[in-house]
Amino acid sequence: MTTYEIVVGIECHVELKTKTKLFCGCAAEFSDDPNRRVCPVCLALPGALPVVNRQAIEYAVKAALALHCEVQPFSRFDRKNYYYPDLPGAYQITQMFHPIAKGGYVDIETTKGSRRIRLNRIHVEADAGKLLHASGGIGGAGGTLADDNRASTPLIEIVSEPDLRSAEEARVYGEKLRTILEYAGVSDVKMEQGSMRCDANVSVRPKGDPVLGTRAEIKNVNSFKALERAVNYEADRQIDLIEDGGSVVQETRGWDDEKGVSISMRLKENAHDYRYFPEPDLPPILLDPERIKGIGLTLPEMPEDRKSRWIKELNLPACDSEQIASSRFSAELFDRTVALGADPKTAANWIMGEWTRCVRVKGIGMETEPVKAEHLAALLGQVSAGKINNKQAKEVFEEMFDTGEAPEQIIQRKGMVQVSDTGALDAIVQQVLADHPKSVEDYRNGRTQAIGFLVGQVMKASKGQANPGLANQLLAAALEAMK
Amino acid sequence: MTITIETVQHIAHLAKLQLSETEMFRLADEMEKIVGFADKLSELDIEGVKPTTHAVAVQNVLRDDELKPSYDREKILQNAPERDAACFLVPKVVE
Repeated sequence: MTTYEIVVGIECHVELKTKTKLFCGCAAEFSDDPNRRVCPVCLALPGALPVVNRQAIEYAVKAALALHCEVQPFSRFDRKNYYYPDLPGAYQITQMFHPIAKGGYVDIETTKGSRRIRLNRIHVEADAGKLLHASGGIGGAGGTLADDNRASTPLIEIVSEPDLRSAEEARVYGEKLRTILEYAGVSDVKMEQGSMRCDANVSVRPKGDPVLGTRAEIKNVNSFKALERAVNYEADRQIDLIEDGGSVVQETRGWDDEKGVSISMRLKENAHDYRYFPEPDLPPILLDPERIKGIGLTLPEMPEDRKSRWIKELNLPACDSEQIASSRFSAELFDRTVALGADPKTAANWIMGEWTRCVRVKGIGMETEPVKAEHLAALLGQVSAGKINNKQAKEVFEEMFDTGEAPEQIIQRKGMVQVSDTGALDAIVQQVLADHPKSVEDYRNGRTQAIGFLVGQVMKASKGQANPGLANQLLAAALEAMK
Repeated sequence: MTITIETVQHIAHLAKLQLSETEMFRLADEMEKIVGFADKLSELDIEGVKPTTHAVAVQNVLRDDELKPSYDREKILQNAPERDAACFLVPKVVE
């Protein structure tokens, strides 16, 4: 039986987070009120003159440098001609012949080890508008509505080489790309909101065969999980086709995540004829090495560098480092908290635990900095000084997360204290022992784990304020004395 | 350079134009003349000459990332052959 190899290349479109569109001053941010962010330039009306947004070029260069690309000293725009109702000018302005950057790579780590995925190029281009489906309309058959708010929003397209060899690698590559672009601060990189869109070119070939198989392009992938599923599905589909004596057709397929299948969108009947030509309205972009270097200096410390620094200097476990470095927001929170004197491992645990949980459960964007490093450091200080216990600290943390208040304020408002006074605790211990003769009996019969239940009862009776370590000690002493 | 009827059909298809047979023959003839005129350029020796993409040697014409008011929606939609309250209405697109 033939063993097949999966070959995947990814084209990733990323919306740059400029205030305005690529060629005009219309707002680039999302609006659900159609055609409110539109002007003759982004509608490509005759006579309208586009002018390139400087910030878009800087973001593109920054992304290219973060991805180790060679930024080109000369780049230029071209027109790609095709008719589609989401494209008001019937052409897209892109960079076919002289992209802003070439080469580059992304290092990924999967369960199979680490690999370097080469990039082919990055180019700058304008996004299309959005189509909505109408019920009435032309001919009564139901028409299509065109909303051009998104038309001409700046994008970069990051094109990888067909270096990926599994669905897992495709997912990890996408996640890594998101992390790097988030660090670079050039995009919101939200797959589910469409500010990052990955299309996968998938083909299969008998293992060892140097020739690439016919590929299908998979679109409409809205999460990294979906990307992994879609690549697996497509590879299986192609292998089945070949095994049954058929052959793969070059086509575009849309992924339906709910059904877990892809559907053919359009056959490339006669290969597209885009009739590219240089955009006459836009003069070329020339970048000198000094300028490129200057943009590079605005990049923050990147995830790989942070990870190795934490492992080396803070003795942080590699898996903790990986997890915290995977987002710029958790990485910065961690670095600042540690700089304020917090113990690195404890700070890491809180960020991977409570912080991550709250971000997920409450659906709060971590970019809004729901918890300040000063507050997290102060909270950990309260715990290590024995003023509150871990359980109380979790309650304070959640409150900090919701209100943005300082931990001291919350502790005071809630009247939280940790009872470490032996006299006060002893009375509670005696009461608990009297109330739970069964557990006492169990303990005396050698089931020492019964003490856990009793500690819980002491915590409850003290309204969570007892120092659990001390409670444990006092209970153990009292039980031993009863033997 | 000869322009065949197939070439005219291909270009008409890309431009979403429907042409009668008479029109296609006329266009083939006209396009051949236009391309033939431009073909004169290939008589020149351009060895070592860089392609000209812009007649004027300007570069880096950039603008700051500053918001400008967009157009009023009514104005944007005023030339639309068909529309609803907020959008351009086009024949149904099937994907």
